[in-house]
Formats: sequence, structure tokens, C-alpha cells
Amino acid sequence: MLNVGRLNEGFVLDHIEAGKSMSIYHDLKLDKLDCCVAIIKNARSNVMGVKDIIKVECDIEALDLDILGFIDCDITVNIIKDGEIVEKKELSLPETIENVIKCKNPRCITSIEQELKHVFVLTDKEKKIYRCKYCEEKYGERTKERKKAK
Amino acid sequence: MRHLMSPLDFTVEELDKVLSLAGEIEKNPEKYAHVCQGKKLATIFYEPSTRTRLSFEAAMMNLGGNVLGFSSAASSSAAKGESVSDTIRMISCYADICAMRHPKEGAPLVASMHSSIPVINAGDGGHQHPTQTITDLLTIKSLKGRLGNLTIGLCGDLKFGRTVHSLINALVRYEGVKFVLISPEELRVPGYIREEVLDANGIEYKEVVRLEDVMSELDLLYMTRVQKERFFNEEDYVRMKDFYILDKQKMALGREDMLVLHPLPRVNEISVEVDDDPRAVYFKQVQYGVYARMALILTLLNTKVE
Repeated sequence: MLNVGRLNEGFVLDHIEAGKSMSIYHDLKLDKLDCCVAIIKNARSNVMGVKDIIKVECDIEALDLDILGFIDCDITVNIIKDGEIVEKKELSLPETIENVIKCKNPRCITSIEQELKHVFVLTDKEKKIYRCKYCEEKYGERTKERKKAK
Repeated sequence: MRHLMSPLDFTVEELDKVLSLAGEIEKNPEKYAHVCQGKKLATIFYEPSTRTRLSFEAAMMNLGGNVLGFSSAASSSAAKGESVSDTIRMISCYADICAMRHPKEGAPLVASMHSSIPVINAGDGGHQHPTQTITDLLTIKSLKGRLGNLTIGLCGDLKFGRTVHSLINALVRYEGVKFVLISPEELRVPGYIREEVLDANGIEYKEVVRLEDVMSELDLLYMTRVQKERFFNEEDYVRMKDFYILDKQKMALGREDMLVLHPLPRVNEISVEVDDDPRAVYFKQVQYGVYARMALILTLLNTKVE
């Protein structure tokens, strides 16, 4: 197995569903950070078969991890300090998500109002349903409709 | 300061107060004829509307207040590219309360976030139309004497009809309400209304295609228009528009105390021969719309009348 060196301070995002690491890299805006980032794809996993791992060497305050809970609650977040795991962070679904996903409803005010934040609100925790704050369109609904039409 | 975006912004108790106030206004209009003297209502309508805008204006005039505004986006600064948030900041300097209609869903909510006066959503695309719902509730309560223990038939375009969705949302809060959903297969109530509103609240309902089969069960029949503007395809609209026509024969199947409501405008779905039937209350409903909006204006302006 490929080895990536130990971190001194930062995060290890473990148990990422195989293939999702690059989109998480972009969603967390890791490309904007001036630090060392390692992405390991298709690592062997006893539980998952294969998984992705992201290691980020940065100040632990530098990242907003709330969005990870929205992407995948099952990701394990290990916080590393002085080369040791100091905390395993439990992820939960954030109540609101700002400017991460966009409302795809062409009738929504977000499609024309200048500089209006795209805000989604958690409306059903059990079913993980997020709705646009403005038009209440369910996130993902329109993509599903388009796929069906094809 | 309060705004009104959705009929569910009010609790059942708060809504009861608004409906009672509307009832009192109906009985004693003179008492309320000058209570808004010196106050201004701005009606900012980015798309055409006859009933809603005139109803708001009549409501404010009945309260002794004044009205200003525009009735299409073309005659407003929106045509020059002004944002909703800028427009409402400007309107806040001119008026004491504002009613906004906008084709984009959520536009009145954006306005409320930047407004220093109460904003009433007067219809935002296919999303919400709370004052229509409050009008419907007032009509039902005034003419039936209750909002619970009713079997309500909703007929026509149940897929795109926002008045139907809002009314279902508002009525599931009352005990003993049953729904009969009457529509062609293509215009059934959306899945999220069935699952998140009806099933989630344990509401009894059934879906049928033929109106004749269920007429005798209904306390109320709420007819809706198949709206051309909600269809992307002309062919689908033409196929659906005359699916239901309520006429004398069908009315004969209904109970004597059944009421027929319609948010109007009516096209072909109710034959004019039904208008003279005492159970047809859709024009009374328009009058209740004025009382409901008067009560809302007073509530949001926090005007107390002794």
C-alpha cells in the first residue's frame, strides 16, 4: 500500500466514499489553501472495501467542516496536533448551508437577484432533505427530474 | 415587525384572531372606516393581477388609508435592472406597509429581509399566495361556521395550483379534515404534499379522477383553473383545460349545504349556469378577500381599534 507521511498538525478525513475525494477537495476549497494536501484514492478498507482519504496539513481553525456533514455524515474527521490524534470529530447535518450548492429552480429569485446568497435549510433531518430558503425547492429534485426525462 | 410570507407564518391561534377581526369588520365596517387615516399601502406588482391588487387597494381605502404603487415590472425600476432589495429599501421610505407580487419565487422574502415596513406576499410565482389562503379560510369559517370536521373536494389542477397547496397546508392543522383530491392523472397533487403534509399529519384523503363519483360526499368543493402560464407545452394545456366543467347536472349530485369555492378567475371549469345556485359562493369569496386583507393590514400595522 502507498504510504503518505504523518501529519504534525491538521486533519485526516477518513472513510470517504471512493471517488468522492476530489469533489470534497473543491467543496472545502482546499485548492485555495496554501498548504500541503494529500489525496489518497481507492485505499483498501476492511469496512468499505475501498475508500478515499484526504490529509490536510494546516491550522485546525482554517477549515469550516460543517459542510462535510452535508456531503457525507459518515466521513471520519481526525484532528491532529503534535503528530497525535487529539479529537475525532462527529459530523452532523448543518442546519443551513450558504453558498455551497445552488438553487436550480429557474423560477427562484436567486436566479436574478444580484449577490443574493444561495441558502439551503435542513427541513427533514431523518430524510436529509434540504430546501432552498427562498423558493423551498428540494435540493437535488431538478437533477432527478432531468435524468428521468432523458 | 412582522411580515406575511406563508399562511403558516401565523399559528392557529393567531390566524383565529385575524379571522375573528375580519368577521368583526364585516359586521361593523363603519367602526374601521378611518383607522388607517394617514397610512399608506404600497402595492408593488411585478406581474399583472386584477383581483389581488384591487382587493388590497380596496381594503386599505376601506380603512381610510391611501395607496400607491405599480402594476407591472415594465412600469417599475425593475425594467432598469433594479434589484428587489434596492426597490424595497426605497419603498420603505414612501409607505407604511407593502404588498408585493413577483413572478420569482422567494422575492417577497428577499424584500422582507431588507425592509423597514411589513411586507405581505401577494403571490410569488407558483410558490405561495397567503392572502388567498386566508381569504379561503375566512369564507369557509364564515359560511360553514367551522374549519374542522369537513370533507373538502379539491378539483382541477392540483399539481401546479399554489392556492390548493397552501389551502391543504393550512387546513391540515384543524381536526377532522378529510380531502378528496379530484384531478386528471397528469395534474395530481405533487408527491411532497402527499408525503410531507397529508401522510405526515395522518390526514385521511383519496385521489379520484371523476368528479361525479364523489360530489355527494363533499362539504366543500374547491374548483381551480388549469393555468396556461404554468405549462411549458401548449399541447398539454389544451388537452387539460376543459377536463372538468361543473354544471347544473353535477351540482344536482351535491348536498344541499355543500359550498362551491373558486379562487378566480374562472374560465370554463364552472359553467355560468351554476352562478345562480345559492351554493356557489365564489363571488362572496371575493368580498371576504377584502375583509381578510383589511384584518391583515391592521394586524401587521399593529393597529388597535377600541
